[in-house]
Amino acid sequence: MSRNQPLISKGVDTLMIWLYLLLVGIGILAIFAVTYREGDPVAGSFLSFKTDYSKQLFYFVLAAIIGVFILVTDSKFFTATANIWYAFGILLMLLVFPFHSNVKGTESIIRFGGFQFQPAEFCKVSVCLALSKYLSRPDTDFTKGRSQLIAAAIAISPALLSILQSETGLALVYFAFFLVMYREGLPPTILVIGFSVAVLVIATILMEPNTLAIILTVIAGLAAWVMRRQIRRRKSVLVSLVAIWLLCVGIQRFAVPFIFQNVLQKHQVERIFTLFGKENPYTGIPGELVEAGAKKEGVSDYNVKQSKIAIGSGGLLGKGLLNGTQTRYDFVPEQRTDFIFCTIGEGFGFVGTTLLLLIYLFLLFRIVIVAERQRSAFSRVYAYGVASVFFFHIGINVAMTVGLAPVIGIPLPFISYGGTALITFTILLFILIRLDADRQMVLR
Amino acid sequence: MSVFNQSRSYIIRIIFLVTFFVIIAQLFNLQVLSSKYQQLAQENAVFRKTVYPPRGIVYDRKNRAIVNNTLIYDLMVTPSEMRNVDTAYMCQLLEIDTADFKKRIITAIVKNGRYRPSAFEPLLAPEKYARLEENMWRFGSGFFLQERPVRTYPYNAGAHFMGYIGEADSGIIARSGGFYQPGDYVGRSGIEAFYERILMGQRGVQYLIKDNKNRLVGSYEGGEFDSAALAGRGVRTFIDIEVQALAEKLMTNKVGAVVAIEPKTGGIIAMTSGPNFSPEALTGTNFKKTYSKFVLDVSRPLLNRAIKGQYPPGSTFKPLGGLVALDEGLITPGFGYPCGGRYYACGIGKPACTHSGGGHAANLRLAIANSCNSYFTHVYRMAVDNPRIGNHKDGYAKWKDYMNAFGLGIRLGVDLPSEDKGNIPDTSKYNKVYRNVWSSCTNLTLGIGQDMMTATPLQLANAMCIIANKGYYYTPHIVKNVDNETPQDTILHKFRKKHEVLTHIPDSAYNAVIWGMQDVVTNGTARAAAIPGINLCAKTGTAQNFRFIGGKKIELNENSMFVCFAPRENPKIAVAVVVENAGFGSTAAAPIASLLVEKYLNDTLRPESVKKAEAMAAKNLMPSILKREQFIADSTRAYEWYRITHDSSYIRKFWRRTAEENKPRTDSADKKKVDSPQKQKAPERVVYQKLEAINPDQKILYPRKQPIPHVA
Repeated sequence: MSRNQPLISKGVDTLMIWLYLLLVGIGILAIFAVTYREGDPVAGSFLSFKTDYSKQLFYFVLAAIIGVFILVTDSKFFTATANIWYAFGILLMLLVFPFHSNVKGTESIIRFGGFQFQPAEFCKVSVCLALSKYLSRPDTDFTKGRSQLIAAAIAISPALLSILQSETGLALVYFAFFLVMYREGLPPTILVIGFSVAVLVIATILMEPNTLAIILTVIAGLAAWVMRRQIRRRKSVLVSLVAIWLLCVGIQRFAVPFIFQNVLQKHQVERIFTLFGKENPYTGIPGELVEAGAKKEGVSDYNVKQSKIAIGSGGLLGKGLLNGTQTRYDFVPEQRTDFIFCTIGEGFGFVGTTLLLLIYLFLLFRIVIVAERQRSAFSRVYAYGVASVFFFHIGINVAMTVGLAPVIGIPLPFISYGGTALITFTILLFILIRLDADRQMVLR
Repeated sequence: MSVFNQSRSYIIRIIFLVTFFVIIAQLFNLQVLSSKYQQLAQENAVFRKTVYPPRGIVYDRKNRAIVNNTLIYDLMVTPSEMRNVDTAYMCQLLEIDTADFKKRIITAIVKNGRYRPSAFEPLLAPEKYARLEENMWRFGSGFFLQERPVRTYPYNAGAHFMGYIGEADSGIIARSGGFYQPGDYVGRSGIEAFYERILMGQRGVQYLIKDNKNRLVGSYEGGEFDSAALAGRGVRTFIDIEVQALAEKLMTNKVGAVVAIEPKTGGIIAMTSGPNFSPEALTGTNFKKTYSKFVLDVSRPLLNRAIKGQYPPGSTFKPLGGLVALDEGLITPGFGYPCGGRYYACGIGKPACTHSGGGHAANLRLAIANSCNSYFTHVYRMAVDNPRIGNHKDGYAKWKDYMNAFGLGIRLGVDLPSEDKGNIPDTSKYNKVYRNVWSSCTNLTLGIGQDMMTATPLQLANAMCIIANKGYYYTPHIVKNVDNETPQDTILHKFRKKHEVLTHIPDSAYNAVIWGMQDVVTNGTARAAAIPGINLCAKTGTAQNFRFIGGKKIELNENSMFVCFAPRENPKIAVAVVVENAGFGSTAAAPIASLLVEKYLNDTLRPESVKKAEAMAAKNLMPSILKREQFIADSTRAYEWYRITHDSSYIRKFWRRTAEENKPRTDSADKKKVDSPQKQKAPERVVYQKLEAINPDQKILYPRKQPIPHVA
């Protein structure tokens, strides 16, 4: 220990650490509000490791220790080992296939001892690092299609594995990395096309197939009329127009039904249709399946309804901590984990929820600002990766609880109950803080 | 590279901002703009538990409790907490089998869910309760005993006017506009129904928090919104429970009614209807058993004939006829009519009179004492053909106004639900029936209380009150006052209003009639009713009684009627008694009324009266026709059941009675009935034999409404 040894705290962004502690604190409080029952000894049960809030406290201590370890690690370690992390993450996900234990319908959890571990959760860190590594390579020219494809493959591979493990919710998170790629020069047309496809899929869900086909045809006709001069000059424009029209109708007519029937699971399709207030038309032909589907639909409908009731009943100022009737008495399912936002909504009202969202927004903006001040591309890409993952988690989770998104089981960063999630988010954030502390360095 | 694409950093920030803004907008919509979620949350989580107060107690005029509350227990079960249950022992205690036990548990789960208690066996009989209570430890925490207040009747009397309480049905719930909820107990008839809001007290409400499985987990907001239950207030009645009990005893095995009123206040001293039943029959566990039995009984024990029985008043009407004529100045108390045994003035020699000659109708007093039909027919005709009015229709209308003033043909407004108003036909009714061509001769028997005239026993007793009071009455009522009465209790106000309907009739006219009525007892038709030391004023009546069965008119034994008040000098009680199918007024009704007056005024019965009472109570005067009616009703119902369900278990009973298997069952059923040895009067038996077979198409699923006895 020489005097020249830099302090751990040197260059560390304390604001982010404060935000982190604030959010974890809110999280433990919210879990406490859900699980505490009148008469429980508060101090005792916090240390007993029997209640959820004491477990979460324990996870936090564990995460904090890991965080400190990360802070004392050399930044170069992360750039150097990024690919190994990725390989390790993928290996873990592959290990799931032979060793998974079936918990709550997902096959993505490995269990050893009393602990459960979800590699798909942890793999976010790997992807984030690997993507940063790849994009920051001097010989990567991200304007080239090949590089874009490789970057996309790095991001999507764990997602595909996750889908194979019936964990579509987490798989969706990996699509958040397209936001990073966009920042790094992915042509906006890809995002526009992605957005268009999303609109088309939603329209397919909402509209009669024939009506939509007619509308698409009319749009194509209008486009042809508007571009009639170009068409007269170059026949290829017309060809591509017809091709786009065919593609759209194909997606609407065949691709979407195919995905709903064969790729997605029944309950996921139900959730999507529930979101739009529609009945699922793709229930299987056998009578039993129809019935099972109807039941599932009721359940996913119930979740959102109860969640909305809980949040809505909070009003402007909320009922106060421990006074929420909906969240305290188990009306909202999964309220410690995916629906933890309800507890805050009911207990602290509109003021509380807005405040929480502003804290999150502040954190995201802070990360973007931190990203932009990096000298090394690796750190910048990594920071955007963290921001994207956080943004996706927060956005989907909160939108789900207020009925704006389908029910996708992904946790709210730092607040939802769950060890893997908390530790993963902590690792994500603290690697960023470590990298940011060395922002003057050029890392490769 | 860092500078490259930097503008996209702002686009990403805008994406973040827009997304958060959309979410916050939705939160604002959910939490601030929309108020329905608060209510939904309330319904989700708050359980409104009603706390039932004990019902008010009913006291008689001597402040003896005649309706009280007792506790009875329900065996409750919470299916989710059933552990270590000694099922076999419980089944043994409750006298059920294990299959039944399982069925009940499943029913409980279906009804209230696993986590909430349901009644496993409601309203335990006392001995079952005692046995269970001792052995509750054997059945774990899933079972417990819950108390529930039930009505009890210390004097075991007054079933008809007290009514009963029962669960609110959908009609009551709908009419109450949400005040009552399914499972609430409400007064279903009698004063239990009329004074429901006073007797029920104020229900308390407890708000409890429930969780997603409907388990109650504590009080809501520390009980801030809870309201305590207020016990129902007691009511003090005019009933003399001993007189009431005597009246019921005397009316056993008789069809008819007794009403006794205190003329000075309109307070009802006793009111019963025959056939009567113990009020305990409709409480707690008994209700289920007895109610359906009573409903299916053609003698209709649930019918309160005192306010719903419509009888031609017969001769008991005569004092009123005399008063009308006296008030109109048509006759004087000295007016006499030369009756030779029949009334010939309308050329048909009807009605006949029990007496002939001897000046038995030489004046009003004598005419009343001897109950001269010709005299009162004539007096009636004089009133209708009143020379001052000049037109028989207007004359009749005037006469009808008098009747309404006497309380006949109108609802008196007694404090019991569904009182009937009897019948004093309108002029238009006669116009319609006789195609506008009628005279005082057409309906001359109105003068002797027959024709289309009917009255309830309550109205007859009330008319006696008017005579006893010389012109005024108070609306007959049972309840004297309510405990802790406040100005808001307007329910009793109308009973404290004096109705001076006929005070314009001079006292001399009343005195003439009253003396005549006293003569009825001293040396007239009701000598048997005399009570030593009490000047009883009375009038007997014997009204013909018909019943229609299968479209045939059957003449039954006459209804025995008796009205009276006593003592003459200062009337304290007015009584009306009707005993159906009992013959002359003096044979059944008069002794009953006389015994009641004696009991009420002297507070006790003389030894010879006690003997008379026993004899009267032992007399069975149930019309024999009832058996026949019961058979028709039961067999028709069984046939209907068979027709609808093809379940022959009920109809078989009637088949088995067939003497010859091959004959159609209806014929043989008839034959069986006819052959059965019964002590019947000859004319009735003749009618039976003429009766046609039961027509299967004739739907008598339930006992029909009793046809109005009609005198042609």
